[in-house]
Amino acid sequence: MSERKPKVVGFCCEKHGIDSAILAARSGRQYDASVRIIKVPCTGRVDGIHILQALEDGADSVFVLGCLEKNCHYDTGSIEGRKRVEYVKSTLADLGIEKERVEMFNASSTMAWKFPEIVSKMVDVARRLGPIGKAGGDR
Amino acid sequence: MIVAKRKPMAEIAEMVAPYKTVKVIGCRSCVAICLAGGEKEVKMLVSALRLKAKKEGRKQEFEGLVVERQCEKEWVEEVEGKILDSDLVLSMACSLGAQTIGDMYPKKIVFPALNTGIFGVPEEQGVWSEKCVGCGNCIIHTTGGICPIARCAKSMLNGPCGGSSNGKCEVNLEVDCAWYAIHERLKLQNRLDLIEQVSPPKDWSTSHSGGRRVYVRDDAKLTQHQKKGKEAVR
Repeated sequence: MSERKPKVVGFCCEKHGIDSAILAARSGRQYDASVRIIKVPCTGRVDGIHILQALEDGADSVFVLGCLEKNCHYDTGSIEGRKRVEYVKSTLADLGIEKERVEMFNASSTMAWKFPEIVSKMVDVARRLGPIGKAGGDR
Repeated sequence: MIVAKRKPMAEIAEMVAPYKTVKVIGCRSCVAICLAGGEKEVKMLVSALRLKAKKEGRKQEFEGLVVERQCEKEWVEEVEGKILDSDLVLSMACSLGAQTIGDMYPKKIVFPALNTGIFGVPEEQGVWSEKCVGCGNCIIHTTGGICPIARCAKSMLNGPCGGSSNGKCEVNLEVDCAWYAIHERLKLQNRLDLIEQVSPPKDWSTSHSGGRRVYVRDDAKLTQHQKKGKEAVR
C-alpha cells in the first residue's frame, strides 16, 4: 500500500508570501508538492474560521505566511494574522488537539530559501501527527 | 450592552460530548458586538467542536445558527424546527437568550456556551468595562454621570474611602477611583457643591433582592382582544 500523502494548507499573502514561493521556484529550489497554497490579499484577512475549516476539511497542518512584520504591505496585516493564528492555537490546545498543526510565518519576497523551509517543517508536522481523529476520515 | 465571554473550550466540549445532534445558536445583538456569540464565533465554535468530535472518534452533528435577538420569542421562533430537531441546544447568547429558548421549549436541553458578565461599554477594541449594575435606582445625575455603585469597589455613596490614592483604587492600582473621577467631573462642570451633599442610605429594594424583578408598562401591554387578533394572524 502506498504511503499516505500529508495534507498541508498554506494561506499566503499575495505580496511577499506568494512572491517568496515564486522566487523559490524560479531559483530552482524544490518543495514538497503536498502543500496546497491559498492566495489571500493579506494575512490580516485570514480568520480563525478559515484555519479551522481547513483542518476540518482534512488538512493535517496549516500555515499562514505573510510579510515581515515591520515590512507588511498593509502595515499591520501580518500582525493581525499572527494574532488570529495564536488564537486558533490556543483553541486547539484547549481541545486537546496538537497546536503545532497551525503555525504563522513571515517572509520577504527576496527570501527564496524560506518557503521550502516552511513547507518542509509543516510537512514534517503533518507526517508526524497524521490526520486528526479517525471517525470522520478524510473528506 | 450585556457583555459575555465564551466558556473555556474544554468545558464546552465536555458539556456537549454525550449529545448526538447539537444546534449551536448565536445572537446578533450584544454578544455579537462583544465578539462572544455572533455569526463568526458560532462558526468557530462549531468547527472546533467538530474537530474535537473527530479527534475522539465520536459521531456527532453540529449545526450553527444565528438569530437576531435570542431574548425575544419572535426571533427564536424562526429556528423552531431546528431546535425541535436537536438533542441539545448550545446557546451562544447571554443567559437571557439561553433561558428564553429553555422557557419556550421546556422539553429541550439548553446549555450556555457563554458566561454572561457585565453591563459594559467598549472602552477600546477588545476591551469592555462595567459601568452599571442595574440597581434599579439611578443616581448618576448627582455624581457627574459616573456610577459609584458599579465603578467603586466598595460602592461608596458619600465620597471615597481612605484607600483612594493618586486617583487610583486600593483594591486594584490599575483601576481608577470612582470618587476621584466624580470629583474631577463635577469640578469640570462647576457643580462641586454636589459632592458636599450627603446621600442618605440607598433604597436597595429596587435592586436584585426579593426574587425576579419584572418591569411592566401598562400602555404597551396587549389587551385580551389584541392578543386574540395577533394569534389569529399567526
